[in-house]
Amino acid sequence: MQKNIMLFAMILLSFSAFSQEDLQEVKITKKQKGIKKSFTVTANTSVITSKELLKAACCNLAESFETNPSIDVNFSDALTGTKQIKMLGLTSPYLMITEENIPSVRGASQAYGLSFTPGTWIESVQITKGAGSVINGYESISGQINTELLKPLNDIPFFLNAYGSTDSRFELNTHFNKKLSDKWATSLFVHGNARVAKNDMNKDGFLDNPLGKQINVLNRYQYYNPESGLVSFINFRYMNDKKQTGEVNFDKDRDRGTTNYWGSEINTERFDVSTKIGYVFKDMPYQSIGFQNAFNSHKQDSYYGLNQYDIKQNSFYSNLIFNSIINNTMHKFSTGLNFTYDQYQEFVNLADVSRIDNSVGAFFEYTYDNTDNFSLILGGRVDNHNRLGVFVTPRLHMRYNPWKNGVIRFSAGRGKRSANIFAENQQLFASSRTFSILDSNGKVYGLNPEIAWNYGVSFSQKFRLFNRNADAGFDLYRTDFQNQAIVDVMQSPQQVLFYDLKGSSFANSLQVEFNYELIHNLNLRTAYKYHDIQTDYLRGTFQRPLQAKHRFLGNLEYETTMNNDKQWRFDFTYNWSGKQQLPYTASNPVEDQFPDFSPAYAVMNAQVTRVFSPVFEVYVGGENIGNYRQEKAILGANDPFGPNFDASIAYAPIFGQMYYAGLRFKIK
Amino acid sequence: MNKIVLIAMMVFLGFSAQAQTKKNKNLKYTTEVNGNCEQCKKRIEKAAYGVPGVKTASWDVSSHQLSVILNEEKCSPADLNKAIAKAGHDTKEVKATTEDYENLHSCCKYVRE
Repeated sequence: MQKNIMLFAMILLSFSAFSQEDLQEVKITKKQKGIKKSFTVTANTSVITSKELLKAACCNLAESFETNPSIDVNFSDALTGTKQIKMLGLTSPYLMITEENIPSVRGASQAYGLSFTPGTWIESVQITKGAGSVINGYESISGQINTELLKPLNDIPFFLNAYGSTDSRFELNTHFNKKLSDKWATSLFVHGNARVAKNDMNKDGFLDNPLGKQINVLNRYQYYNPESGLVSFINFRYMNDKKQTGEVNFDKDRDRGTTNYWGSEINTERFDVSTKIGYVFKDMPYQSIGFQNAFNSHKQDSYYGLNQYDIKQNSFYSNLIFNSIINNTMHKFSTGLNFTYDQYQEFVNLADVSRIDNSVGAFFEYTYDNTDNFSLILGGRVDNHNRLGVFVTPRLHMRYNPWKNGVIRFSAGRGKRSANIFAENQQLFASSRTFSILDSNGKVYGLNPEIAWNYGVSFSQKFRLFNRNADAGFDLYRTDFQNQAIVDVMQSPQQVLFYDLKGSSFANSLQVEFNYELIHNLNLRTAYKYHDIQTDYLRGTFQRPLQAKHRFLGNLEYETTMNNDKQWRFDFTYNWSGKQQLPYTASNPVEDQFPDFSPAYAVMNAQVTRVFSPVFEVYVGGENIGNYRQEKAILGANDPFGPNFDASIAYAPIFGQMYYAGLRFKIK
Repeated sequence: MNKIVLIAMMVFLGFSAQAQTKKNKNLKYTTEVNGNCEQCKKRIEKAAYGVPGVKTASWDVSSHQLSVILNEEKCSPADLNKAIAKAGHDTKEVKATTEDYENLHSCCKYVRE
């Protein structure tokens, strides 16, 4: 019974209709797997467990998707040092990214936000393809990524992780946990990372990855009282991140604001406070009420050569939710209210583009589950936003098991958002491009809100092949934009144009997956992905730049059976990326041009972990072992203040091969 | 005086009578139900949900315990037991008819006590 209450309390705290089913899944799966795909969850959700996160160098959330087929990870580029992610071929602004169901990476934090969550803090990540739930908001278009952090009541007293790599990046993670009473527990996570030495492997005079240092501290408290049904979380977080990139000889104190050398600094400071309180009704474990509030302040001061970009966002988010049933637990519903307030103070080369956004909305989500082979989630919300107006967001997810171990899913939904064109495309400041907004009638930088419909079907089947477990399946998704804030780099290499979509823009995405246990403890994971993403630009219809049409992922994992608590774990990942449309540069002098398409390339990563005991383990690994490098990383590198300079076109790794080692130490 | 006592008694009796008839809208009820497998689980839970007033039902394969929450204003534990037995599963209170038992899928034919 205690366990039941605990489970329901956890459902309540996660505040998502989908999480209920995640929990079911946890109960069913005995052996811990890296990626869990349930056959009974309604939405197309896969769960990355902490085990999977240990497979890669994985220093932060942005880097934790390397081995995951649902998400395409790009290499980290020279400018930001951050790995950008895509889902269904669309970049992270089209995803809803939440931390414990509170929207986390949005607005000002869009470009770097994922790199501000250290990997060791993460308990699990839930990835939902397609429209997603209406509970957390209306912005998601191609998917949702929710991160659950380690829970103080289940955490171990002490954890230490140290990491170092040949690109001279060092990380230190320490976790402290204390049970304050049988109902209160607290965790303190301290993360620091730094890149201390300058790297220029391709000898173009520019750093291959930014120098940086980050300090990131989280203190959280958890309260749980099974007798009264009360649960609560309180989090405090502070983050300070500094990056410097550009020419090797750039000295920030001497050269900033001059044309001596080209350089860039991106300094971010962030403060978060969030609270959650939940109550499970007495004698009614299926009925609960939850209230969550989050405040954050995000301040980025930066310059890219002579372009200056400063943004500060103060946000307040509040969500009240009530979960209950209609007649019985085959019919569940969640309903509630959201409130969001965002104050942006934004300066683009000293031009003030500040604004205040606020919205209030109500949602209702109905879940039907026949407890056998069919379930459905139908959700809708109505929002009133000062810039987007009053609008309705409908979403639907269905699941059907036609036979044993097979599952068909369908989803459809609408998303709407205001594009933060500067924050989301700030890498373009690292070029000589002039920024022009061609429309002026819209309410966000003169542009209209982005509106898209997303539809998807998927099928997955588990079976036995040569007496071993296998599964195979496919996903097919389409995103149709009714309006989009077009970022046009297809017109001229000296310009970036922003305008409302005229014509059509869509993203078709197909993924075919096959997974097989080759021999005992040796698992193979393969996925082929086809992304056809076409947009009508002024100059014609093109594939979305810097997006490969064909991709292939292969992952091999092997682990020895535990012997006296000792174990070896091996992991190998192969990532192939087909040719990518590149921004238009044909009007530049020949030496400052890129071809229309990039070459195809492959990146290989490998890692070996040795578990010495439950207390101590060591890992070593390599990224991009094949040492593939983008031949020309920067256009006009010899004249960075000239008209052809462009450091924003990164289609492949720039640094080349990288090796790393780390250790983990736990006191249980 | 007598009248007042009488009224007081009537009020009191009225209250207690009401207290007796007040039915629990969220009665937790657990009983043992015989069965074998996941398929039985689905059948037993489906039968339980088929009883109007049953709000949540869960049968555990290993312990054979069926846990439900039901609204006594709409049904009684006896109704629940009858419905489960009708689906072919013996409960601690009500045994299934031989006919209903024989209708079960072969893998679900649990050993009857």
